[in-house]
Amino acid sequence: MKVVILGCSRVGALVASQLVSKGDEVSVIDQDPGSFKRLDKEFTGKTISGIGIDEEALIKAGIEQADAFIAVTNDDNTNLMAVQLVREKYKISRILLRVYGSKRAQTFKELGLNIICPTIDSAKKIEEFLSDKA
Amino acid sequence: MYVIIVGGGQVGYSLARLLMSEKHEVLIVEKDQQRYNKLSEEWGEQVILGDGTELDTLMDMGVNRADVLVAVTGTDQDNLIICQMAKILYLIPKTIARVNDPKNEEIFQSLGVDATVSATRIIGSLIEEKIDAGMFIPLLALRGGEVEIFQTQLSSDSPLVNKKISKLSLPQDCIIIAALRESKVIIPKGDTILREKDTIITLVGKEGKKTLKKLFL
Repeated sequence: MKVVILGCSRVGALVASQLVSKGDEVSVIDQDPGSFKRLDKEFTGKTISGIGIDEEALIKAGIEQADAFIAVTNDDNTNLMAVQLVREKYKISRILLRVYGSKRAQTFKELGLNIICPTIDSAKKIEEFLSDKA
Repeated sequence: MYVIIVGGGQVGYSLARLLMSEKHEVLIVEKDQQRYNKLSEEWGEQVILGDGTELDTLMDMGVNRADVLVAVTGTDQDNLIICQMAKILYLIPKTIARVNDPKNEEIFQSLGVDATVSATRIIGSLIEEKIDAGMFIPLLALRGGEVEIFQTQLSSDSPLVNKKISKLSLPQDCIIIAALRESKVIIPKGDTILREKDTIITLVGKEGKKTLKKLFL
């Protein structure tokens, strides 16, 4: 599978490294080249320094042939814009993004985006944990 | 009109001043504390400290009563999401976004932003004079877009050229205000004849706008 990952954040780097070791073809985009240090030493995928809302960087990363696109930069709005751009312009069925803001996550889930919201998920876990104890 | 401006930088500030001088109701949302302090010194309660994508705290202030939201921060992705949230969540009927990278204008519009403004593109086209014949450039919208003023350049095969204005079949709610020919400004009368390459300024209502393109090009 060909996967483009936007954002070499901690989670981005971890997923990228794991996919490569499983044999997938991975490209990682990040505007800070220093962030590629987070990748495994054995990482054999592509790294592209650029902005994810810029189509040039996406094309360099091979978005035109990609099977999946994952947006996990630390900026919600960058993820939201990148994903909508990719959804409009390329026929990729597997698209996933991270959004921290809970309101934003809920709103855009209604637009049919696949969103992981660590804020909502953590809050739910904490609530469950506390109600178990009680 | 009630206008919400998100982003209190140079653009937001000047826009707010302009709108206020025209007696519009304006609310500015700024997320930077320092910038907010400065603005609220001048405008008090018309300035709010907050994130434009999370307007919840402003619901009591009637954010959903706004006619227009304008997003003019320096970051394109923020402007896009602010406009989308305003439309979906707060049901604000019209959103306008500043676009810093002109490449983004198209995607903004296909994602539901009603209008985009790119200073980069405008300056660029002025320099290159790339404004093509037949392109309708909106100059001004009045009464919430009920009446608009457009500029367009006539091409050689436009049905308007080489005819007296009185002989043209313009829609009821459409009038040609001026024709710019070389360095001259012509205020047209019934016997004025428009020529190829004239830049014409037109005042037009909602109905006329629909047929305008067919008529001119």
